[in-house]
Amino acid sequence: MQFETVIGLEVHVELKTNSKIFSSAPAHFGAEPNTNTTVIDLGYPGVLPVMNEKAVEFAMKAAMAINCEIAEESIWDRKNYFYPDNPKAYQISQNDKPIGEHGWVEIEVNGETKRIGITRLHLEEDAGKLTHAGKHSLCDYNRQGTPLVEIVSEPDIRTPEEAYAFLEKLKAIIQYTEVSDCKMEEGSLRCDANISIRPFGQKEFGTRTELKNLNSFNFVRKGLEYEEKRQAEVISSGGKVEQETRRFDESTGKTILMRVKEGSDDYRYFPEPDLLPVYIDNEWKERVRASIPELPDARKKRYMEELGLPAHDAKILTMSKDIADFFEATVAAGAGAKQASNWLMGEVPAYLNAENKELAETQLTPENLAGMISLLENGTISSKIAKTVFKELIETGGDAETIVKEKGLVQISDESALLKFVNDALDANPQSIADFKEGKKKAVGFLVGQIMKASKGQANPQAINKLLLEEIQKR
Amino acid sequence: MSLFDHKLTEIQSMLQKKEIAIPDLVDESFKRIAAVDGDVQAFLTLDEENARKQAEEAQQSGKTGVLHGVPIGVKDNIVTKGLRTTAASQILYNFDPIYDATVVNKLRDAGTITVGKLNMDEFAMGSSTENSSYQKTRNPWNLNHVPGGSSGGSAAAVAAGEVPFSLGSDTGGSIRQPASFCGVVGMKPTYGRVSRFGLIAFASSLDQIGPITRNVEDNAHLLEAIVGVDPYDSTSANVPAEKFSENLNGGVKGLRIAVPKEYLGAGVSEEVKQSVLDALQVLEGLGATWEEVSLPHSKYGVATYYLLASSEASSNLARFDGIRYGYRAENAENLIDLYKKTRAEGFGDEVKRRIMLGTFALSSGYYDAYYKKAQQVRTLIKKDFEDVLESYDVIIGPTTPTPAFKIGEIIDDPLTMYANDILTIPVNLAGVPGISVPCGFTNGLPLGLQIIGRHFDEKTVYRVAHAYEQATDFHKQKPQL
Repeated sequence: MQFETVIGLEVHVELKTNSKIFSSAPAHFGAEPNTNTTVIDLGYPGVLPVMNEKAVEFAMKAAMAINCEIAEESIWDRKNYFYPDNPKAYQISQNDKPIGEHGWVEIEVNGETKRIGITRLHLEEDAGKLTHAGKHSLCDYNRQGTPLVEIVSEPDIRTPEEAYAFLEKLKAIIQYTEVSDCKMEEGSLRCDANISIRPFGQKEFGTRTELKNLNSFNFVRKGLEYEEKRQAEVISSGGKVEQETRRFDESTGKTILMRVKEGSDDYRYFPEPDLLPVYIDNEWKERVRASIPELPDARKKRYMEELGLPAHDAKILTMSKDIADFFEATVAAGAGAKQASNWLMGEVPAYLNAENKELAETQLTPENLAGMISLLENGTISSKIAKTVFKELIETGGDAETIVKEKGLVQISDESALLKFVNDALDANPQSIADFKEGKKKAVGFLVGQIMKASKGQANPQAINKLLLEEIQKR
Repeated sequence: MSLFDHKLTEIQSMLQKKEIAIPDLVDESFKRIAAVDGDVQAFLTLDEENARKQAEEAQQSGKTGVLHGVPIGVKDNIVTKGLRTTAASQILYNFDPIYDATVVNKLRDAGTITVGKLNMDEFAMGSSTENSSYQKTRNPWNLNHVPGGSSGGSAAAVAAGEVPFSLGSDTGGSIRQPASFCGVVGMKPTYGRVSRFGLIAFASSLDQIGPITRNVEDNAHLLEAIVGVDPYDSTSANVPAEKFSENLNGGVKGLRIAVPKEYLGAGVSEEVKQSVLDALQVLEGLGATWEEVSLPHSKYGVATYYLLASSEASSNLARFDGIRYGYRAENAENLIDLYKKTRAEGFGDEVKRRIMLGTFALSSGYYDAYYKKAQQVRTLIKKDFEDVLESYDVIIGPTTPTPAFKIGEIIDDPLTMYANDILTIPVNLAGVPGISVPCGFTNGLPLGLQIIGRHFDEKTVYRVAHAYEQATDFHKQKPQL
């Protein structure tokens, strides 16, 4: 039987406000355990929450960026459950009236665009963090009270690939609004996935499972791929999919049963009596809306229409605001758009991945990158030398022209100088000449390599090719 | 004659004339406590050394102010930095707060000296202070009777002359009912008038801190000191702080009084009824008029209250889990076991009863029938009060249906105990202010008159209470101890 997969995602994004959502404690990541706390975060007897207006504004901004309708009146609810990371034994969240509802995000998979509905975006407080150490568990409440938005998608996603594209797009949009860093490794973006399958044509949803411990977008995709296969096998062999929570195991790529859900959890939601409702008027709404920058899709369109970039380049560049901003600054500094795009899609991410760094942590600037590109475009340096210059720029900084001069990296295009390199190479490799004459065209490549080596990469490769073919005929 | 038989302004005048010094006031307090608290058992914790030191400092400081240097007792559900705060529960038997409640900061600014923490029903759940897990406070007028609750310690300490005034908290009558039982003046301010930051929450939408005093004027002074919007409490109201004490003498000429027929109906004892009718006659004599009105939904008050207050309590008290502070059970096998044992051993029966009731009322499948319905009824009750108070200046009735009952008399009958708050609960549900002032005695036990006003109109409530008090002598009576 052929099955259709139905996926819905729940994404938690930490907002990077200065202070926490209901206390004045700092909300940043990485402090000594339990130092970013007040009596409010520790849930001491008698304490009361006071809402951080900035957190509401950030949530509104994120909600607007994913096309949600913004509530005129939003209320806080208590979600009750016992766990040591939850010091009040309730989480202040939003149940009935979230900040945003009925939004959408457009994704592109295999050249086709598709809209994924957003059910809701609500604001809540993050919990603390537990570390289990042998017989003991340690509580760190630094994260307690960090503002968090939960974004729930409609079950509109049909493949793991679409889920991946959705997450990439959502992350890009949120990052553009600058309300969150969206760093999965620091926990500022977290994702759970609900997945079920059904025979094609069936209207009702199948029984879904919930996947947890998805610590990268890639693991989300892998976990969903495993799970759709697993569910299909269960059904095909006459079994029944159980409603359960499953954990993705990174080492095996499998999902493992965590717990079976018996009915739904009862969190005994009720309106938080310690907080007043949030009333959002048009003036406030419009003020927040005006602060939203140009979002990825709009930029992509602009890059294609105004800078003539191919769709692929425009998409890749606009996936990260950092890269897109850098790209625009590089073009503004005089680089050709396509050249700038090539470097920012190729060498730059390759370096960042290899070194595990952020662009901002390197010495590369739009100006020095543009400088290097113009040397490349006017033939002063070869693309091979450009790579050397690039490495220097990104690691120690400086100016491309100065580096080229100081290191003597200028490309040799002078014909008489090149001719010497060509004839030296031919003299040293008679076998290659013979091979060439027998029709082995590869021999030219070998000879070019020898010449580049001898010239320390400074020989102009196009000129070498031309000269080499001329000289070889003379032999 | 005790120093505390004088009202605050008289005490200040004596201080200024140097007839007495601040350490004398604190000394008076601790002497009286030493003499009578063995019988009354109002205090859970005393802070004598610190209080005496503060008295010396206050005397040296040369500061003045109507509350300056005056000893006070604070209900044990109001957190005091470094001073044990248990809410009369075993689950907080060792809890020394690391911060002060907003009202405690305000008292410090006004110069009062905290002598200790006062007994109460555990987590303010009860009407007799018998639910304290530490001791039973006795009514100073008759030691076999309860002082009322939950602020029983706060009312008894003032009635017994151990402190000139105290702070209590009122969720369903917990200031007014013990004030009535102990023959003192207790004010439940408008919800939002006083910051709740640092008040260990029982029912967040109903709780309000208020003053308990020997007379109306002192009460107004103490309330003035603790009111005001608080950046740490979103539900505190940004209304102007008023000088209640300067508006006491306006009289009641032309005042329109509403007397709800439900407040003099079945369940209200004859003596109580008569004392209220007598009080109305006094007020009539002073130029006020009264008419019978109806608060038709007030009969649902107790049911509504026990659903809402318990629902909120079930959530508010969930934080007492043995993880971060307070009592932690030993020999727990795992996390769930730790929660179960800690809470089973740490909470008393009444607290457990309400946590269970509230948990049930909020459960999925029951929420609409109980919690939500109760919220709807609350809206109707509030509207009853607002409608009546559109045409009348105040509402007057008894504070309680009966005088103080005997210790042990109804403690095993929760429903009868709950019904004792039938006349005070609707006031909390409506959020309006209400005061209890002494209005008579029966068999040597005091009775209280309840005066209820419009939202944030404590001024009128005080004015009526003061006019009545000045025309009567009940507040001048003292228990024989």
